[in-house]
Amino acid sequence: MHSPSGYREQMTATDADLQPTRSFQGLILTLQRFWAAQGCVILQPYDMEVGAGTFHPATTLRALGPKPWKAAYVQPSRRPKDGRYGENPNRLQHYYQFQVILKPNPPNLQELYLDSLKAIGVDLGLHDIRFVEDDWESPTLGAWGLGWECWCDGMEVSQFTYFQQVAGFECAPVAGELTYGLERLAMYVQGVENVYDLNFNGREGDEKVTYGDVFLQAEQEYSRHNFEAADTEMLFRQFRDAEAACRAYLQAGEPGPGGEADRRGNDTRHRMAQPAYDQCIKASHVFNLLDARGVISVTERQSYILRVRELAKACGEAWRRTEAGGLAGDAPTA
Amino acid sequence: MPDLLLELFSEEIPARMQRRAAEDLRKLVTDALVERGFLYEGAKAFATPRRLALHVAGLPPRGQDVREERKGPRVGAPEGAVQGFLKSAGLASLDEARIVSDPKKGEFYVAVIERPGRETIEVLAEILPAIVRSFPWPKSMRWGAASREPGSLRWVRPLHSIVASFGPETETPEVVPFSVDGIEAGLMTRGHRFLAPKAIEVRRFADYLPALERAFVVLDSERRKDIILHDARDLAFARGLDLVEDEGLLEEVAGLVEWPVTLMGAFDERFLAIPPEVIRATIRANQKCFVLRGAPGPDGRERLANAFILVSNLVASDGGAAIVAGNERVVRARLSDAAFFWETDRKVRLEDRLSKLESIVFHEKLGTQAARVERIAGLARALAPVVGADPDLAERAARLAKADLVTEMVGEFPELQGLMGRYYAAEQGEDPAVAAAIEEHYKPLGPGDRVPSEPVSVAVALADKLDTLVGFWAIGETPTGSKDPYALRRAALGVIRLILASEARLPLRAQIAAAAAGHGQKSDAFAGDLLAFFADRLKVYLRDQGARHDLIDAVFALPGQDDLLMVVRRVEALGRFLDTEDGKNLLAGYRRAANILRIEEKKDGRAYDAAPDPALLSLPEESALAEALRSNGAEAGKAVAAEDFEGAMRALSALRAPVDAFFDKVTVNADEAGLRANRLALLNALRAATREVADFSRIGGEGR
Repeated sequence: MHSPSGYREQMTATDADLQPTRSFQGLILTLQRFWAAQGCVILQPYDMEVGAGTFHPATTLRALGPKPWKAAYVQPSRRPKDGRYGENPNRLQHYYQFQVILKPNPPNLQELYLDSLKAIGVDLGLHDIRFVEDDWESPTLGAWGLGWECWCDGMEVSQFTYFQQVAGFECAPVAGELTYGLERLAMYVQGVENVYDLNFNGREGDEKVTYGDVFLQAEQEYSRHNFEAADTEMLFRQFRDAEAACRAYLQAGEPGPGGEADRRGNDTRHRMAQPAYDQCIKASHVFNLLDARGVISVTERQSYILRVRELAKACGEAWRRTEAGGLAGDAPTA
Repeated sequence: MPDLLLELFSEEIPARMQRRAAEDLRKLVTDALVERGFLYEGAKAFATPRRLALHVAGLPPRGQDVREERKGPRVGAPEGAVQGFLKSAGLASLDEARIVSDPKKGEFYVAVIERPGRETIEVLAEILPAIVRSFPWPKSMRWGAASREPGSLRWVRPLHSIVASFGPETETPEVVPFSVDGIEAGLMTRGHRFLAPKAIEVRRFADYLPALERAFVVLDSERRKDIILHDARDLAFARGLDLVEDEGLLEEVAGLVEWPVTLMGAFDERFLAIPPEVIRATIRANQKCFVLRGAPGPDGRERLANAFILVSNLVASDGGAAIVAGNERVVRARLSDAAFFWETDRKVRLEDRLSKLESIVFHEKLGTQAARVERIAGLARALAPVVGADPDLAERAARLAKADLVTEMVGEFPELQGLMGRYYAAEQGEDPAVAAAIEEHYKPLGPGDRVPSEPVSVAVALADKLDTLVGFWAIGETPTGSKDPYALRRAALGVIRLILASEARLPLRAQIAAAAAGHGQKSDAFAGDLLAFFADRLKVYLRDQGARHDLIDAVFALPGQDDLLMVVRRVEALGRFLDTEDGKNLLAGYRRAANILRIEEKKDGRAYDAAPDPALLSLPEESALAEALRSNGAEAGKAVAAEDFEGAMRALSALRAPVDAFFDKVTVNADEAGLRANRLALLNALRAATREVADFSRIGGEGR
């Protein structure tokens, strides 16, 4: 335990350690503070395996319906196919995205984004920031939007998207989504060539913890798992189970006959959109694992994507009949 | 004369859409003006990543006055008719109408309607918002709070402000008063996002352009391109290097910056061990940078330099050092990937990759790439002798031709397919002809692409294309209208150019049957249709080469024309023949004979297709023609059989004199029925003789 004065010294040192240019966690904390100051709720990662921060219900589901929504969070993203057994300095099967969603998008979203870059230590008088066309589409989510990849000196550091459609429904109003590739940004601001060399905690010497200390072993183990060991028979079964469960929960959440008993007469409210959506997320991740194992042929691939999309659409439809989804009558008047 | 200045200021417009959008804006505005009777002196549109701008010069301040007389009912007409007239002419009472008398119709009312020309600015205020609302972006979006409601404004990316000013050069222009979805037209715009972010006021085009330049925006994309190109050349020259010019990349890069700042970066020399095409593809596709040529290598071959040109959008406070360093880092990472692919790809021989093709579906109904390779290999072997290639080499090349599709490099850069196969084949010691064929079997890729000449390449290229064409015909996926998703027109044109360039004798009907057998199909059901498709493509091709369309038809109208080389030879010979006096006269004689036959055969309801009876030849001209037809017709037939089309034409040209003499002296429609029938049979023999070389009825009039 530290003496009061020692504690104070420790605090000062920690502030320096948490500079976004010095530590990975400092970068995350800076972005969280920045977006908190814009009125975002700072959420924690969703507790399920997802391929991208967009899958978090705080983005996918909250993008639907008329209710305003501002959120920011870190989301670990699992891309089984991108595993390289820890041998590639840039590619990971598990990495972090920092996700921001603002619905409706404010008119100055580009300026806010640039301000966030300034906040993490990118000098806009020194670096060439560009918005390069990149239309985003997620076939499994039935979602698309227009926007850019944001370049800093030729490197893609973020994606910037105006959602037009999610789960097959038009976004009204449109949400603006920002996705920061945290490892890349950190490598850039720390001036590091290999992701595993990133300083994670900002300390030096014995106390320094690198990204490799935290994740290298995991990358090796999961690459082995994803490409060699993942039990495909079990995964096929899990896909079917998740698909069936999603449908069953959607059915059970319906107010009418066959669904949960309805005590409020003509209420069309859906009561289980989120648990059903969890199963959709699960099916999507299981599909990614099967894909990495190379057991899905090109033709089958399309049909699996379609099956997940059907689940996403059904969940989106159910969500729109919930209170947070803006069920008519519950929508704010302003 | 007043000018219009219009600027639509938005978030970043995709580079590939800018040129077209500027052109659309110019056309939509000027067309709308002209449609309303407003003529202008000139119009020019511009685009940068953040704005579309339009300058229309020399518009009238107002439109022309219109005076119109409208005829009404006669004097004393029923009240209903009078009221209707007053209403339609906009008159309060009949006092405002004139009475005109007409000697026939009597007296009737006429309304004189005078409409003063509208103020141009008022018309613009009507036209411009409508154009903004319905602008034809290839992809557009909604945004912001307004997108809560249906029907909100769509633009390529969020639209932020509009400048619209109208007025003469010497006076203060006026703002064209309109707004779109809450965006009010005004005189304020912005300069460069980072170098001059403050709002600036502009009045007219003449001060708009310099105001933007002061605010670090080069409005004209052609000027941005010029600046980039010159700066890039200068930077290269200063280092003794040569810019590898790339128009497509230049156009794109100019659409990514408002203020181009050209810089040079470098990469580790060791990366030059990677094939230059790979370096270029890496740097171009991912980084949108230009590569540079250095001094030729020891083998005299062109070599890339370990440097690149990047175009930034910023005058950086450190002179660009950080930007260059950042770009170099990314280029290094990309080239490291490419070097890794180049190393690892070469560890696996191409033939050992073939099993992977079994899991790649070429087309749902046409099986896997592996099955396709098997078919192409068989076809290439069979075709080899026809084009003078070694069958073993042709088969080998075909087997390896698609193996690079499963290499890491082609996975990353699909545009390098074929080329990488060639590199890897050369590296693993394949015959040079095999390596070349792996690259060249995709060729020719379009009308302007080079046609391979190496026989092994020709065999595999033909096999690849025939297999594709026959496959898609067999499953009924043929091109319709503008839809040709599998580029089958290009494949057919490729076959045609390969055959003609290699002078290969390739009767297509047999080739189609052979290719169909590879698909486990019989070609009977579709061979005719596919042949007609080839005929169409050949027509298009020859027409582009300047050949007469009708002559191609005349040759294709003969039965069994599936040997494209012979078709072309015959068309050429026919064209030359018809350019001679003999040819022209014979064609005239043929037409006369064909006309008479058509009329008489119709009248009599029978054909005169029997051989002429020598006993009934009464006049010397008849006998002479009969004799000429017998001998020269046979000669022409023989010459055609020997593929001597010039000889066949010569034989036909000898018919000219007897034909002319016949029409001169002989009355075809003789009174005596036997004589008449025999003379008609003689004309039929003439028609038949010409059919030895072409169907003359398909030949058009003078010229093309």
